[in-house]
Amino acid sequence: MGMESQTIIKSSALSLGKALRNKQTSSLEICQAFLGQVDQVDKDVGAFISIDPEKILKAAEAADTRRTSGEELSPLDGLPVALKDLIAVEGEPLTCASRILKDFKSPYTGTVGSKLLSAGLIPFGRLNMDEFAMGSSTENSSVKLTRNPWNLKHAPGGSSGGSAASVAARECPWSLGSDTGGSIRQPANFCGVVGLKPTYGRVSRFGLVAFASSLDQIGPIGRCIDDVAVLLDVISGHDPYDSTSWPNELDAATLALQVPVEPGTLGLPKEYFGEGIDPEIRHNMEAVIESYRSLGFTIKEISLPHTELAVPTYYIIATAEASSNLSRYDGVRYTHRSDKAKDAIDLYYQSRGEGFGQEVKRRVILGSYVLSSGFYDAYYKRAQQVRTLIRDDFLEAFKEVDAILTPTTPTPAFKIGEKTDDPLSMYLADIFTISVNLAGLPGLAMPSGVSNSGLPMGFQLIGQPFKEGRLLQVGHAYEDANPFTAIPEIIN
Amino acid sequence: MPEYEAVIGLEVHVQLKTISKMFTDAPTGFGKLPNSLTNAVVMGMPGTLPVLNKGAIEQAIRFGLIFGSEIPEMFQWDRKNYFYPDSPKNYQLTQLDAPCCLGGKVEIELAGPSRNQMGEHLVIHLDHAHLEEDVGKLTHFSKDSLVDYNRAGTPLLEIVTKPDLHSADQAVALLQSIRMHLTAAGVSDCDMEKGQMRCDANVSVRPKGQNSLNPRTEMKNLNSITGVKNAITYEIKRQSRVYDKGGTVTQETRRWDADADRTSSMRSKEEAHDYRYFPDPDLLPVHFPRERIEELSRGLPERVFDRQRRYQETLDLPYTVTSVICYDHELASFFEQGMAEYDANPKALANYVANELQRERSQAAGDGYLPMSGVKLDAPALARMVKLIDDGKLTKQLARDVFVEMFSTGKEAQAIMDEKGIKVEVQDAGELEQWCREAVAGNDVAAQQVRDGNDKAVNSFIGPVMKASRGKANPQQVREILLKVIHGEG
Repeated sequence: MGMESQTIIKSSALSLGKALRNKQTSSLEICQAFLGQVDQVDKDVGAFISIDPEKILKAAEAADTRRTSGEELSPLDGLPVALKDLIAVEGEPLTCASRILKDFKSPYTGTVGSKLLSAGLIPFGRLNMDEFAMGSSTENSSVKLTRNPWNLKHAPGGSSGGSAASVAARECPWSLGSDTGGSIRQPANFCGVVGLKPTYGRVSRFGLVAFASSLDQIGPIGRCIDDVAVLLDVISGHDPYDSTSWPNELDAATLALQVPVEPGTLGLPKEYFGEGIDPEIRHNMEAVIESYRSLGFTIKEISLPHTELAVPTYYIIATAEASSNLSRYDGVRYTHRSDKAKDAIDLYYQSRGEGFGQEVKRRVILGSYVLSSGFYDAYYKRAQQVRTLIRDDFLEAFKEVDAILTPTTPTPAFKIGEKTDDPLSMYLADIFTISVNLAGLPGLAMPSGVSNSGLPMGFQLIGQPFKEGRLLQVGHAYEDANPFTAIPEIIN
Repeated sequence: MPEYEAVIGLEVHVQLKTISKMFTDAPTGFGKLPNSLTNAVVMGMPGTLPVLNKGAIEQAIRFGLIFGSEIPEMFQWDRKNYFYPDSPKNYQLTQLDAPCCLGGKVEIELAGPSRNQMGEHLVIHLDHAHLEEDVGKLTHFSKDSLVDYNRAGTPLLEIVTKPDLHSADQAVALLQSIRMHLTAAGVSDCDMEKGQMRCDANVSVRPKGQNSLNPRTEMKNLNSITGVKNAITYEIKRQSRVYDKGGTVTQETRRWDADADRTSSMRSKEEAHDYRYFPDPDLLPVHFPRERIEELSRGLPERVFDRQRRYQETLDLPYTVTSVICYDHELASFFEQGMAEYDANPKALANYVANELQRERSQAAGDGYLPMSGVKLDAPALARMVKLIDDGKLTKQLARDVFVEMFSTGKEAQAIMDEKGIKVEVQDAGELEQWCREAVAGNDVAAQQVRDGNDKAVNSFIGPVMKASRGKANPQQVREILLKVIHGEG
């Protein structure tokens, strides 16, 4: 037995799984290799909020013992998976990168956590994020800055910046993030990795700290389509503890990838190819379209007429739900409690004032405003109606196309600090991803090139509800023809 | 001074009887170690989600079916947002737009002219009832406050009446009627001491004959029947006096101070709450099939006053008995079980239940209360005892001791009679006839009445004869001999 650390960290999760099964390596060796890489690069990248090597190595040894005695929990038993710091696993930190939950450890394991554990996957540290997943650059973390492994002056995107950066920097084979308006796809795109936001209801939200309940989904980030498909299948499925969970049988995404891909029709929404797209991204998109054509796909221009309403609609619904979801962090039970409070009401003001960052406060205030009496009909109710129109646009388009092809972001990763003073321009970083959450659809972000300045570029595929298998097939067709082999310098 | 009329509406909060809480499987309960009936969901831990307890919906539906409310097929949930330390999530799940019960009627009975006479019956209309989750409980100390979340998340039904009530007594009668019906159906235990039933009262006063309503005051958390009665009575007087002096009543929330026996204006610093209601995105609307609602309907007990009317009309039971049996669902079901065993003499059975049984229970309980679950006597056994009497195998006089023994041991009447050698002896006919003749000779008036065709008058002779036999004669046999003697056939 024995695999070079460098080989391990550069392998896909699936090939590591295979190596484990063929006894070419051990879980201990794999975890040690990635812990070594964390040691090596995380002082620069800053993807992890916390990591407990001792606990991880212990779990790895246990996995190795199971495998030796033929009692492995699944073919993936012993592989590490890094988690965004808002996914609940008992005994693990659950800080949401917020001061208000600074020392909080989860007293329970959520559904996704249980599914990982029962497959033998080893929770591998807690990943940095924008506080409570609110942001697009991970700069809203109260803990630390995460840097883009491709260029440390640039942001990794967000809110799942740690999840994307850690995979890009080979600090873990794969990770889980969460996506409310693009928080998996945008950072995956900025960091040159594959990220999937599943259909709303495919993955249980029990154990996912809520930002906006009707939009949030946990999803996988990996090096390639196959890895993402496998991790998706691990975490998918109906959950009686989440009443918004899809009750019907789901097709396994991995099965879809075992059959030859039938080329189909891809829609190009004209509203997504207007002004404001970086010329290099535009050029890259043309190459992607050309590649699909040459693979036998039909390309068709479509229209999603309510696209321009998506950003305002999103910021009403998401902030409204967030303002209520975040009320529970109040200084009374388990959160940060201010020692300056003069009375009970003041305890709320002081604890929340000290505990929440600027962006969280901004959104809680905005959300409280749109829900307040007299404004509810004009904002929240209307936004819900517009949301239906946006979803109908997509469902109409899917009568003609298998999937929709768009840029993931208008530009490659922006610089750290570039947008922090301008929240509106930060909000527009999610302009191509937000509609997908409003419509509850699956969205896949894939890398497709590197810009002249050395930053990854990519595209987004939007699929039909619960047809992740087909969506990943379409992505796989591109990946097969155009393997993304570039790696950030930091790795060598 | 004009004569005033009070207009009262109640909001009654009732904890529904369920094993687990409304949105998670943590158990419900009272008097347990603080914060022991909680879990991650009850405590509002990050990432937890509510899951609907269908049992709570079914209890709410049963409430609606008892009182004839309209039940929608969809149940949906709204968030009521406000900060308070007893609320773990700082929002409460409730039903704002679509309550689970719309309309409905509650029949109430006011006190009669005496305890033995039925009082006036009224119908009070319900506006609606909606489901929500209960909050925790705060205890304040000089410097600190502690919070116990055991109660948090318990299913709570808020019942809102129309302003149909006009006196404190009517309000009390309404609470009693709701309590009788809900305990009978097992929807709630309605124990006010345990906070299972709480009441807010909206009271206004207007000159008799005026149609429009005057400003009302709301009194919160009246948590005993006496509290409700005294608070409303006080508030009617207070408002009447204000009007008498030419003043106006301000619409406000007032606190009932049970110790001082008066209401006072609550500090209205936090007056106008904006609860920022919106549909809960964690709970999808639930469709409840009609068939299940019909099934629930079939499982409900008979309404209290319907049962009382049936007992009075078809079983010919007097009010004094029905008001004891029907108003206590445990007694009613005891009586029904007895009737299922032997239904030829409902009156005798009902008398044993309403009188003897109650007397023995209260004696056995001393200062406490003996619940029916602690009673050893079994209803079919009591019915069999009644049958023994009717069959002439036991006399009422002998039955007194037998009953006491049955109550304390749970044994069958026949077994007790066998053990103790209690037996209705067939008397020597001569001796019996002798006693009968003596009895008839002592009461000419009654004897004449019997001869004039009034058979009932013969009863006045039975007592003395039974006494002479020291209770051992067979009353049926005595009656026959008496009739012969009186009619001169002996």
